[in-house]
Amino acid sequence: MADNLAPHWRLRAQRYQLVGNVCLKCDAKFFPPRQVCAKCRGTEFELFQFSGRGELYSFTTLRSAPAGFEQYAPYSVGMIKLDEGPMVEAMLTDVNEDKLTIGMRVEMVTRKIREEDGERGLLVYGYKFRPSDA
Amino acid sequence: MRDVSIIGIGQTPVREHWEKDLRQLATAAVLAALQDAHVDQVDAIYVGNMLSGELTRQEHLGALIADQLGLSGVAAMKVEAACGAGGSAVHAGYLAIASGQYRRVAVVGVEKMTDLWNGSVTAGLAMAADGEYEAANGISFVGLNALMMRRYMYEYDLVEEDFAPFALNAHKNAVHNPNAMFRKSVTLEQFTKAKKVADPISLFDASPVCDGAAALILSRSENLNGNAARAVAIQASALATDTLALHDRQDPLWLRAVELSSIKAYAQAGVTPQDINLFELHDAFSIVAPMSLEAAGFAPRGAGTYLARDGGISLYGKLPISTMGGLKARGHPIGASGVYQVVEATQQLRGEAGKNQVPNARIAMTQSLGGVAATAATHILKGKN
Repeated sequence: MADNLAPHWRLRAQRYQLVGNVCLKCDAKFFPPRQVCAKCRGTEFELFQFSGRGELYSFTTLRSAPAGFEQYAPYSVGMIKLDEGPMVEAMLTDVNEDKLTIGMRVEMVTRKIREEDGERGLLVYGYKFRPSDA
Repeated sequence: MRDVSIIGIGQTPVREHWEKDLRQLATAAVLAALQDAHVDQVDAIYVGNMLSGELTRQEHLGALIADQLGLSGVAAMKVEAACGAGGSAVHAGYLAIASGQYRRVAVVGVEKMTDLWNGSVTAGLAMAADGEYEAANGISFVGLNALMMRRYMYEYDLVEEDFAPFALNAHKNAVHNPNAMFRKSVTLEQFTKAKKVADPISLFDASPVCDGAAALILSRSENLNGNAARAVAIQASALATDTLALHDRQDPLWLRAVELSSIKAYAQAGVTPQDINLFELHDAFSIVAPMSLEAAGFAPRGAGTYLARDGGISLYGKLPISTMGGLKARGHPIGASGVYQVVEATQQLRGEAGKNQVPNARIAMTQSLGGVAATAATHILKGKN
């Protein structure tokens, strides 16, 4: 799957730093950031950087992968409930799939998400989550 | 608003159609529906499809299909709502007649999926969810359903086998449907031994990649062109949406779009869930069946799998579902499935479902979902009996 650089560049604060936003009217926090508050439909926000800590809400291991990810299969992905509230979906790393349990503590790390073939192929970096003691 | 009826149905078998392309499939289905209705003209054509551009390098399906039918000149357009494109196209066709604008329209759902290898199809289907935050992280569509199923099993203390009756029922019903993809029964042992695709989802929890097209001719109920005896009335057509991304939901285990579109449909038709004689639901994955049954009001929260016990969803059960095989075993040609559901419900209400006939079928409901039920298109149909 050939990809363009621009969409990844635009989302760099989300992919590298987990930057979302917080509604100035009702204080609801969002990741990814929104233009219209999903709770009160307010339109004024401030950026908010999430701590990257949370717990595993659900997980699975993909045996067959979409184009662009075939070389990594099987790999595990999860839904992570961040401590500040929102849910994030991401790949899980540094853990064997049979050690995954619902409710386990996890933390964000920056990793290579995938790599395109060829010397001009993109290296896409972003957030993954791994088990944590904290 | 004018009353709307179905006066013609047509379908191709769901297969890997190596010899046929998208235009041939869609044209064949519409021709069959026109013939069934004994008419040769329509005012407009609505084409339900998700991935023609991605999978077959062809968009602009409205003009294409009108042209292929020798109907160039009529109004025609494609309707896209991911896997709910078919039901959404039926909704568009319904509105076109109910509004008074058109007298007779064709609705056709079509998907040609087997020209590309599986990784590309999987990547295409992932576009049904959030491209920037789900697909970009390597999370496939089956992966999203697996995330829901794992949590659902955890919350309600269930095991994989609790979902088996949905797959077994679908396969059993497909045996006698000549248009179904998998015309063979599956045993509980086969189900439990099946290879995992994205655990806890196994091969028998997932609908297949396939090709197919299904079509309807819709008409004002006041002039049925001699089709009065077999006409089926569309008593409700209701569309609703939910967040596109699963992670944006307050409650990822509740299909809110299903709830909203079902409530709207019951109100339009003036019925309750107890009045529904059969339900063609969107069993793209086993987990979607119990969650749909709950959100549509047929089972309490967390109890959707209980309905399937002891034959409750069989042709002779309390609420027959997937009566011609469902998405699981008839097959799930993405944008076509929502139209297949209405075609099959029409067969049931006409009493033309053969060995799969649900006894005394009078009112049927169909529900076509897009993405992880980010779109839900619900229809309630009533026969003459």
